[in-house]
Amino acid sequence: MSEQRFFVYWTGFAVILALLIAAPLVLPEFWQRFLTEILIWGLLAMSSDILIGYTGMVSFGHSAFFGLGMYGAAAALLTTSPPNLWLALLYGLLLAAATAAFVAYFSTRLRDIYFAITTLIFSQIFYVIIFTSTALTGGENGVNFRRPAFAIPHLFAIRFTPSVLHWFVLAIVALSYLLLRRITQSPFGMVLQSIRENEPRTRAIGYPVERYKIVAVMLSGIFAGLSGVLYALQNQFAAPDFVFFVVSGEVVIYNVIGGIGTLVGPIVGAAFFLLLREAFSRFFTEYYLIPLGLIFIAIVIFLPRGLLGFARRWLNR
Amino acid sequence: MDIPVDQLLIQTINGIVTGMILALVASGLTLIFGIMDVVNFAHGELFMLGAYVGVLTLAATGNFWIALIVATLVIAVLGAAIYLTTLRPLIGRDPLTTILATFGMSLVLQNYALWQFGPVARKIEEPITGHFQLFYLDYPYYRLAIAGLAAAIIGVLWLFLKYGTYGIWIRATTQDRVMAQAMGIPVPWVLTAVFAIGSGMAAASGVLFGPLVGVNSQMGTSWVLRAFIVVVVGGMGSLSGSIAAAIFISLLEAYASLWVSPAQAVIVSFVVLILTLLFRPTGLFVPTPK
Repeated sequence: MSEQRFFVYWTGFAVILALLIAAPLVLPEFWQRFLTEILIWGLLAMSSDILIGYTGMVSFGHSAFFGLGMYGAAAALLTTSPPNLWLALLYGLLLAAATAAFVAYFSTRLRDIYFAITTLIFSQIFYVIIFTSTALTGGENGVNFRRPAFAIPHLFAIRFTPSVLHWFVLAIVALSYLLLRRITQSPFGMVLQSIRENEPRTRAIGYPVERYKIVAVMLSGIFAGLSGVLYALQNQFAAPDFVFFVVSGEVVIYNVIGGIGTLVGPIVGAAFFLLLREAFSRFFTEYYLIPLGLIFIAIVIFLPRGLLGFARRWLNR
Repeated sequence: MDIPVDQLLIQTINGIVTGMILALVASGLTLIFGIMDVVNFAHGELFMLGAYVGVLTLAATGNFWIALIVATLVIAVLGAAIYLTTLRPLIGRDPLTTILATFGMSLVLQNYALWQFGPVARKIEEPITGHFQLFYLDYPYYRLAIAGLAAAIIGVLWLFLKYGTYGIWIRATTQDRVMAQAMGIPVPWVLTAVFAIGSGMAAASGVLFGPLVGVNSQMGTSWVLRAFIVVVVGGMGSLSGSIAAAIFISLLEAYASLWVSPAQAVIVSFVVLILTLLFRPTGLFVPTPK
């Protein structure tokens, strides 16, 4: 990376981070929550970019990892008293990782459309299981729980006000971004990109492609689970609707709108989608998906690289 | 566990009846999938809109059979329009982009139906009302009629593909698109027609299925998932494979629902799909490729 690009990139990163840190101080309550929600969905979309943009596998099953992360957090928060934040994170991540390992083992043997369909079907299996085991998961109604305090043992404990929650979410999303960016630029990330570009050749060079794919799906699933935990903390409930495949579809939409293979693109896509949804739902009430769907189709046809696609090479160097 | 023979028989008949409707939905999908490499996520929505057009025509004319034909034609035209506007620009790009475009289209159509027709389910009257005694059940003749009609429609499609001039064009396009074009077959129009035929078949199954449950804007979602399973399990693009798989999966689900709730019985078909993809990805009901 040249001196100047290095400077521009990190200045840009710092400015955006500073704006996001300052946002809760100036924004009204509603938009503050909205911004936090964008960050959470953005993290989910970013996690799926590891597969779509870097490895070339379109996952239609990210709702499963997201939802299982959510229910994992719910399990921790409901069984411990007082509810413990770190336990919720641990449970959510473990459950999401286990789900991802299970799904990855089977689905990575398939490619292209078949991978997409298999992940979709797996997420539907989890949906049906969660939906029908009413005793354990509350079935259709889901479960409610209390938000834990933000505490580090022996150091401090404060209540999660909306602002504190925003900063917590922001910190996690920013760290995840830096971590994922580092991973995609590492030798491991390079192998993933070479699988995307030419799988047979990557195999011929001698890389165990299947193992790399499994790790990629698990990595992606763990970060998706992390966003599920954050969503559970934000809204204090878990519901089967979030495991339904339409959520996975929306995640793919965020990626395509924002620009795949950029990591920040999916966050921009999520922001764009959610803002438009907010705007359209004022005019079209609950039918906002009609104009939004049409815009999405137009982007698929006319802007295949997404809003940030033009910056793809630049962001990855 | 003791299995009552009468229940087993009832579930066999139920399974075959749903299987025939599923086969009708899936054969439209497999036609589109196998010939054009288009994964049509909006297929379930065409099924649902077909049922709605059926409801409206039935209200206007009072005749179920007219409703069936009108719905088929209207949705076939709609399918051609969707193909020309959203899918034709994507020819030559990654097939995955067709999933995205049709997923967007399914969101639009589903919400359009909700907006236009409201959340309350509509009812289609059964055209054939008789019952017959099946063990302790009054089994409606209409269910058997559906199975027969679905089989008839699929049979006509098969004859058309086998012997009709345009059917032969379609098969030629499937085998080698470039060669077909070189032989003077208007490939772009063949593709549009195939999409229209598939859409019309989805609409016909929607109207036929309408009397069994209410017609609502969500009804397409579960069907499109099952139809996908059938298409993959049956072997991509194979008409006879899809029909066999549709009946196979419906029977399995019907038997499974003797022990678990129908919602959980769906898992059986999911498992069948995953096992198929792992051990015989070319499909269960097609000959082993050389």
